Amino acid sequence: MPDNNRGVFSLIIINKAGGLIYQREFQSGLRQLSTNDYLVLAGTFHGVHAITRSITPKIPISQPAPSPATSSPSTTAPAPSSYSYPNPGVPVSGLDYLETDKFRLTCFQTLTGTKFLLFTDPLTGNVDTIIQKIYELYADFVMKNPFYQIEMPVRCEAFDRHLGAWLRGRT
Amino acid sequence: MAGPPRHATMQSISNGSTLQSGDRPQAQPSQQQLSQQSPGLRVPSNRKTIYDRHLNRSRNTELSRASFAFLFGEMVTYAQRRVTGIQDLEKRLNEQGYPLGLRLLDLLFYRSTSTSSSALSSSSTSSSPPNRPLRIITLLHLIHGPLWRLLFGRAADALEHSVSPDTPNEYMITDNDPMVNTYISAPRDMSMLNCAAYVAGIIEGVCDGCGFETKVSAHNQPTELWPSRTVFLVRFGDSVMEREKVLERAGIK
Repeated sequence: MPDNNRGVFSLIIINKAGGLIYQREFQSGLRQLSTNDYLVLAGTFHGVHAITRSITPKIPISQPAPSPATSSPSTTAPAPSSYSYPNPGVPVSGLDYLETDKFRLTCFQTLTGTKFLLFTDPLTGNVDTIIQKIYELYADFVMKNPFYQIEMPVRCEAFDRHLGAWLRGRT
Repeated sequence: MAGPPRHATMQSISNGSTLQSGDRPQAQPSQQQLSQQSPGLRVPSNRKTIYDRHLNRSRNTELSRASFAFLFGEMVTYAQRRVTGIQDLEKRLNEQGYPLGLRLLDLLFYRSTSTSSSALSSSSTSSSPPNRPLRIITLLHLIHGPLWRLLFGRAADALEHSVSPDTPNEYMITDNDPMVNTYISAPRDMSMLNCAAYVAGIIEGVCDGCGFETKVSAHNQPTELWPSRTVFLVRFGDSVMEREKVLERAGIK
């Protein structure tokens, strides 16, 4: 278990317009990017995420849906006028994981469009649990803070404190 | 703004999970019917509103911490409008709490008298027959214990008297982690701000309701272990201190 937590490198939060609103490292001595690079990274990822969403393959609906209004039952070989996603019940998500030999980037998008990007070691387990907890802390200590302005950079001391304490507590 | 599209995505997702989408259409018409029957207060079928209930019935019921946090957040945002500075903002929060303190006092007394002896013995101060506190210490114990328990479900963490001989009228009530500040982080340029000024206003209202002229203010005193530790400084007026001396000589407790 202890090895799991050493693997959390850093966290980035992107608002629904693609702007960087939070960035934090969880280990000392990580190579830092400049602030501008982080902003570019956030914007680029936002765009790539949107692209991966829109290039999700669609399957033509082979059988026409039985429409009660039309009275002609024998419409054979219809032109594939409509397309559907392979699994219609599951909403289309964009990029969820990006993995290299050295790190794994996990993206979690909330229903409101905010994206949480977590950089971890590829061997780290339970990344979903970590992200869920981060989301919970965000909902508590950022969204319930009357001094936080929606979509603006997160500067909430209580959020920093609880996030750090929770990740440290996992080790 | 971004309201409608967000709602649309929520709906399309909840269509996927069958439970919610099935429940919603049924719940909505019934609510509409109710509001058509009686605009304004919603009266249950047995004609009993919350005003018909016994006051003690909601003694041990719990409230949602999240809804309180959002409500209090809105109160802070509201108070922040058209203020000139931190002191002005704290004064406004204090003024919002003050009437609550005045009203709460009656509920506190009512509940501490009309309940069984077990409740009385648990609250150390209000068991004496003259219910209204006459001395400062009795009043402060009432705030430290029963009032804090009524508001936050636990007693306050410390009650101290000022050690300085110049200010014998100052008392300090400490809360290590005030519930109102749980989710609030003040921005750096307002680091002196403590939103527990609202609670200070409640204390002020309680004191005034008991006939003690007071000024109460909330101050940050963070420690390593308790980053949002707050001290409520209670400053009694001169008339109170004079009366206190008279009562002390008369031996009234």
